[in-house]
Amino acid sequence: MSSTSTVPAAPSGDAGVYADVTRSESALRRFLHGLPGVDQVGAEARAAALGTRSIKTTAKEHALDLAVRMVDLTTLEGQDTPGKVRALASKAMRPDPADPSCPQVAAVCVYPDLVATAKQTLGSSGVHVASVATSFPSGRAALEVKLADTRAAVAAGADEVDMVIDRGAFLAGHVQQVFDEIVATKQACARTDGPDAHLKVIFETGELQTYDNVRRVSWLAMLAGADFIKTSTGKVQPAATLPVTLVMLEAVRDFREATGRMIGVKPAGGIRTAKDAIKYLVMVNEVAGPDWLDPEWFRFGASTLLNDLLMQRTKMRTGRYSGPDYFTLD
Amino acid sequence: MSAINKHGRKRGDARGERIDVRKTYKLYIGGAFPRSESGHSYAVADRTGTFVANAALASRKDARDAVLAARKAFGGWSGRTAYNRGQVLYRIAEVMEDRRPQFVQAVVQSEGVSVDAAEGVVDEAVDRLVWYAGWADKVAQVVGGANPVAGPFFNLSSPEPTGVVAVLAPQESSLLGLVSAVAPVVVTGNTAVVVSSYERPLPAVTFAEVLATSDVPAGVVNILTGSAATIGPWLAAHMDVNAIDLVGVAGDAALATDLEVAAADNLKRVRRAPATEPDWSADPGLEPMTAFLEVKTVWHPIGV
Amino acid sequence: MPDIFEYAPAPESRGIVDIKPSYGLFIGGDFVEGHGTSFKTVNPATEEVLAEVAEADAADVDAAVAAARAAYDSVWSRMPGRERAKYLFRIARILQERGRELAVLESIDNGKPIKESRDVDVPTAAAHFFYYAGWADKLEHAGLGRRQDGSVPRPLGVAGQVIPWNFPLLMLAWKIAPALACGNTVVLKPAETTPLTALLFAEICQQADLPPGVVNIVTGAGATGQALVAHPDVDKVAFTGSTEVGKAIARAVAGTSKKVTLELGGKAANIVFDDAPIDQAVEGVVNGIFFNQGHVCCAGSRLLVQESVAEEFLARLKRRMGTLRVGDPLDKNTDIGAINSAEQLAKIRELSAIGEAEGAGRWSPACDLPATGYWFPPTIFTGVSQAHRIAREEIFGPVLSVLTFRTPAEAVEKANNTPFGLSAGVWTEKGSRILFMADRLRAGVVWANTFNKFDPASPFGGYQESGYGREGGRHGLEGYLR
Repeated sequence: MSSTSTVPAAPSGDAGVYADVTRSESALRRFLHGLPGVDQVGAEARAAALGTRSIKTTAKEHALDLAVRMVDLTTLEGQDTPGKVRALASKAMRPDPADPSCPQVAAVCVYPDLVATAKQTLGSSGVHVASVATSFPSGRAALEVKLADTRAAVAAGADEVDMVIDRGAFLAGHVQQVFDEIVATKQACARTDGPDAHLKVIFETGELQTYDNVRRVSWLAMLAGADFIKTSTGKVQPAATLPVTLVMLEAVRDFREATGRMIGVKPAGGIRTAKDAIKYLVMVNEVAGPDWLDPEWFRFGASTLLNDLLMQRTKMRTGRYSGPDYFTLD
Repeated sequence: MSAINKHGRKRGDARGERIDVRKTYKLYIGGAFPRSESGHSYAVADRTGTFVANAALASRKDARDAVLAARKAFGGWSGRTAYNRGQVLYRIAEVMEDRRPQFVQAVVQSEGVSVDAAEGVVDEAVDRLVWYAGWADKVAQVVGGANPVAGPFFNLSSPEPTGVVAVLAPQESSLLGLVSAVAPVVVTGNTAVVVSSYERPLPAVTFAEVLATSDVPAGVVNILTGSAATIGPWLAAHMDVNAIDLVGVAGDAALATDLEVAAADNLKRVRRAPATEPDWSADPGLEPMTAFLEVKTVWHPIGV
Repeated sequence: MPDIFEYAPAPESRGIVDIKPSYGLFIGGDFVEGHGTSFKTVNPATEEVLAEVAEADAADVDAAVAAARAAYDSVWSRMPGRERAKYLFRIARILQERGRELAVLESIDNGKPIKESRDVDVPTAAAHFFYYAGWADKLEHAGLGRRQDGSVPRPLGVAGQVIPWNFPLLMLAWKIAPALACGNTVVLKPAETTPLTALLFAEICQQADLPPGVVNIVTGAGATGQALVAHPDVDKVAFTGSTEVGKAIARAVAGTSKKVTLELGGKAANIVFDDAPIDQAVEGVVNGIFFNQGHVCCAGSRLLVQESVAEEFLARLKRRMGTLRVGDPLDKNTDIGAINSAEQLAKIRELSAIGEAEGAGRWSPACDLPATGYWFPPTIFTGVSQAHRIAREEIFGPVLSVLTFRTPAEAVEKANNTPFGLSAGVWTEKGSRILFMADRLRAGVVWANTFNKFDPASPFGGYQESGYGREGGRHGLEGYLR
């Protein structure tokens, strides 16, 4: 049995196989720093090579529909109003009024104080409500404040919570603190009167800068109980990139191999075109595997992406290039 | 008087003499063609003294803006592969060659030489660009190398561009001299702020137009038409300029000395003004490039 | 693994290439008839006959050398470097402009995936011409010193060049670009299974208005190559191909004043340490042996993996191999194309059978191989030791032999334990160890945390029986000057 830096195999099922790793900060730090490094040039080359896959005809139709179903349609602006959220939620349920065959998106993503409005509009449509929380996007507030933020979102009915980690703490090496905050936020997602809210953990990879950090924080979040790991808030450049998502897909693949547990991945921000989205799906397919090709395990955090997906769907159906006037602007 | 006018039409043609649309000669800063912020211009004449155009008279603020543009462009330009920079310089040569008649006319007008001589100058200028294009991915191999230090260390020296270089372009050789002063600066990754010949600025403006259409990123070369004596001191004293080429004040030893003194404030690398402009058709050698290169030496231990 | 996300065929259009039914030789700037026995070139993915190609007999080779000599004496050796350079720049540009056409033709004739010919072979070939064009008028700066009379190094004269079938256009560029830049003229013989891009290159020379006779292309097989190498008026011989033929050439030129460079076979070790960036190392190993169907002299055909991570590494490697797509070279999603010829396929099969017979464990992912054409699935042999033939002999196919080691010193020892010495790979996050290994590996190219990287500025060539001389970089000039 290998005893070095790579992932030890384990009997399936129990993430408690890592109980010793999470028992102390020094053990956690040693584990995270013992993970294999990521060569930047190699990782970027692999992501770029996967981007040259050519997806045509039936494969492209399938991919476009799948991508629509994976969208977390997002509005996270200071100027959001109930009216804006209602319009977004309507679009989420019926993205293309001209084409009833167009599937719904996965979720709508809003600030906690607009969760109720979103829920009301979405009713029983099956589109989820995801709420950001923990003093999104900066995460710079006391823990009690961040947890209260989370509880409010959960109380308002959010199906999913997208939290941010404390990047300052991570970069300063306080991995235990980052870990504990995720655990506490997960607890705040619990419900007595319904299913727990699913927890997505946002890393803000643009601030973490190195792929080594992305790998470490991915493992940290998964060990702490994340249901999904997410690249970015969308408020910082660079947001999601193919190579960063590649590293995260490798992490969830390795984690399942070691523990039997599947974790989802969500790149967010900067994915504007259908072409980009398809590149991500190819990467999911070839790196993590087809099991992740489902809205339950992969999401796109996006807003303008949806219209480009709709335009491409329309082109495949009609053979003609379309224009923005034929799609709703919300 | 010729039976055919300069537009190729017979005199007495019923359509009459065609009035041509004259060009405005502007500065080239950050990839755009602004007028001088001072609003000033000056009259440029051809070698017979005939008025040709009012060229923008660059001010110290234009120079300041040009330095900002050059600094902004430096990271991207120096970060490109040498192969890419070589391709861009070759592209400049392609576009220049394509615009040959225009350049021949500009040289005839500015330098008062015959058409034949001007053709020769344009030939040389294009070939000079091609020569420098070929240096982009070779300088490191000629100037750099592994050093056999006395210890278990890998040791490598590599040349790197110094940064933003001010070039006071030659006063007399308004095209070949200009190209010979600018190309060695940018081929290795530096960006340039150029003050063109005062009396002979028009080839420089046409050259700027070529740069703007040759895949040269904005800000890599900035061209200010105006006076080296007025603008030079501002560039020589500018603390965000890393080096300066004084060939444009060749023959004015006092001014050249003053500029060199000003440049010492941040220890700019100075390429001194010669007594007279050199023979631009001679082999330039490595020095025009190495004058604006730093050498970085990296050590790393060798061991298990 | 069953594909729930089937990519659907994504074929590159063949319409852009215009393959003639028959081709002559390119001598003195024109296409002329050959007097040998013409032969056919075949598409290895479909076994379809593509064209009939002339064979240059001894008289044809003589005519080609004479044309090269005439062009050298009257035009090329008198032309200043700056003018020669401009011809090479023109050729480089046309290679870029006709890039898609060349890539499609290369894939059809050679069997390699269009993704590789489009993204690697053709752009790198163009880059070689760009790079060497720039040296043509800078030879005094090449670090080769000056001649006794103080002048700049001079060309040798006429170069006879014989290239292999694995990277037809790229190998042509590696040979012709430096030769011409230095002022030589050339007679080049492409491999008999892959002549078409060389013949299209001849057209490109015409489009560039290259003076007649500076480049001559003589098609043919072993006999043509021998005639060229042995020709008394050839001043320089450049050969890329098998070590066996390289040795024959070295014998043939003995006692003459011909300058020779040889780029021959290899059995490179790709060494993975326990602290390698493991996902990128898997990519590097896959790229090292499966890129170009393993038809690469510098292929990482021996994986030397540190014993402590071997099991883990192999599991990841096998999983990764499962996503390799073998099939139609013109499909943009194909990763592994056809084996170049029936002959080569037979050799690969033979050595693989030997591997099994010697007791190594053979594994390939499940592959749907087409019914016609020459195909071999990506294959690994585990439990290989240095004593196995598949650890010593070059297979030149998509077959990886996996060995283990315990310490850096042992890795060095095993890696060097071969008469070859072309390349090696090292995977570790520790810088000093990279340099330690690079220092001790007897290989002309050491790739650390990467593999199969080529650049016209980077010298390439081997130690010992992998040949002598370097191609690429400043050092690549040396073989064409005196």
